[in-house]
Amino acid sequence: MRSDALLAQVFMRSLYPLLLLASLWILLRGHNAPGGGFIAGLLAVAASAAYALVFDVASSRRRLPLAPVSLAASGVLLALLSGLPALLGGLPFLTHLWGTLTFGPVELPVSTGMLFDLGVYLCVWGVFGGYCLALLRSIEEIP
Amino acid sequence: MILTLLPLLVPLATALLCALARSMPRLQRGISAGGALVLLLCALALLHQVLTHGTMTLIAGNWPLPFGIVFAADLFGAALVLLAALMLCVALLWQASDADAAPASPGLYPLMHGLVAGSAAAFLTADLFNLYIWFEVTLICALGLLVQGGALRQLDAALKYFVLNLFGTLLLLAAVALLHGATGQLNFTALGEAAARLDPAVRLLLFGLLLLALLIKSAAFPLFAWLPASYHTLPAPVLALFSALLTKIGICVLLRSFTGLFAPTPVLLLTLLGWIALFSMLTGVLGAAYHWDLRRILAFHTISQIGYILLAIALASPAGNAAAIFFALHHSVVKAGLFLVAGLICRQAGHYDLRRIGGLYAARPGLAVLFLLLALALVGIPPFTGFWGKYLIVRESFVQGEYLWGATALTVGFLTLYSMAKIWLQAFWKPHPDKNWQPSVVPRTTPAYVGLGLLVLVTLWAGLLPERLLLFVTSAAAALPGGGP
Repeated sequence: MRSDALLAQVFMRSLYPLLLLASLWILLRGHNAPGGGFIAGLLAVAASAAYALVFDVASSRRRLPLAPVSLAASGVLLALLSGLPALLGGLPFLTHLWGTLTFGPVELPVSTGMLFDLGVYLCVWGVFGGYCLALLRSIEEIP
Repeated sequence: MILTLLPLLVPLATALLCALARSMPRLQRGISAGGALVLLLCALALLHQVLTHGTMTLIAGNWPLPFGIVFAADLFGAALVLLAALMLCVALLWQASDADAAPASPGLYPLMHGLVAGSAAAFLTADLFNLYIWFEVTLICALGLLVQGGALRQLDAALKYFVLNLFGTLLLLAAVALLHGATGQLNFTALGEAAARLDPAVRLLLFGLLLLALLIKSAAFPLFAWLPASYHTLPAPVLALFSALLTKIGICVLLRSFTGLFAPTPVLLLTLLGWIALFSMLTGVLGAAYHWDLRRILAFHTISQIGYILLAIALASPAGNAAAIFFALHHSVVKAGLFLVAGLICRQAGHYDLRRIGGLYAARPGLAVLFLLLALALVGIPPFTGFWGKYLIVRESFVQGEYLWGATALTVGFLTLYSMAKIWLQAFWKPHPDKNWQPSVVPRTTPAYVGLGLLVLVTLWAGLLPERLLLFVTSAAAALPGGGP
């Protein structure tokens, strides 16, 4: 089922990257303000779902960085890995570490908690995105 | 120390890597085998550490209590983790053979490792809400394993399993939420202390709810319907893993809550648990006597054996707790072994239905001997492990003056003998109903026999030299929360 709504398609082409950028913004601000990996992941899922509605499921799936299951698995793996640096300092697993990277005048606060949140983001995008696309495909198959 | 968490992290990482490698079956098998071996080593190291240094605790994320989630490996938890690792190795060995292996689908290995990760974490966690999370993880993985293959009868089994287990999980969540609301704590130790100050009626209600949820999870009378409704559609290696792990989580938490969380346990709950145990023993063994399908017979026996463990817990004494731990370990090994033998019987004779097979004693004497050893261990004939387990339980019930409970345990032993004799007579002794029957030639069964042999060796070793295991379970019971002498 390929929608012929030309206007929506043109609109969607530019909206999709904007939605993903917005989700990244929500992901990064989540440490100190409302937001974070889970909500940002849901926004990314919404972008994928909207793309699949305007175009079709196959092309929306192609726009995911990885296949849904791999995306989810690599997300959880990233979250697990984010707990390991603490072990080097003799701290318990998942103790998060904070620091600042300085590039000339720019100071960038970084933490292992950010990696964890990125893992949550990828996992939510993979699981719910895959689930959403599978549901949409079952609608597409209805003649 | 990170060792406490490794039995959870290793299988979880293995499951994720297996999921990433799902389009490359050879690589996936390699990762899975490597992960299982590493897990076995970690479990051995953990047990060694706990034996030398006592219970090991770790607060994930270094958060102060009451926010931090505590993982505590006591002797019982470490032993169960080792058992889970051993079972995973045996199941993977089996999967490498052609003897009733699960269909090789890309989801199989991630789900098997995920199931082990969830169970190991549930054995180790000391936080009630965290426990609920791991129950969910095992539920999801078990559900995934049940639908591998996608045949209609598998979907039917998976639906029953899902609905009935979800009911238990939600009850558990409700109990956790209410306990947290009443005490403000989630950590087992803190919860136990705070709960002791609650109003007796509120305590009874909250503990009753928690008990109900855990009884559903451990498949006790009259809440066991999910177990015989789903087990009979599984292939042998997955079935062995299910039977060794799933009900044991409920039992493990039940034992910990009765010794620590609920203490002093309301007498009403103890008496109730005793009667539930009695009816579990009876209904399980009678259900087994009625059925002809090998997997159904063994699944009903699981309920009966769970009854024994519950009876030992209901006796609520150090000796009773030690008996419960002994029986739980014995049952995991022996019952998983029997399920694997059933898989081999079906592969050689062509069917799980006892009425349609026979003549295996002449055709496969080695298999007959393996079955006989495991069956005698299950029935409780000396000198096998079942005898020591039942002896401990029956002696403790008579010591406490619970003559009816003890006598029922003995009677159920005889009935167990009846269904094991039924399997022996029908599958091995009587001639095959089809005169021209030949046992099927299975190309690769050596890994399956190696795995099965490993389980038989474990139970023989524990049965012939019981002192070490008896000493171990006694100290494990003493190391339980509030279980000290």
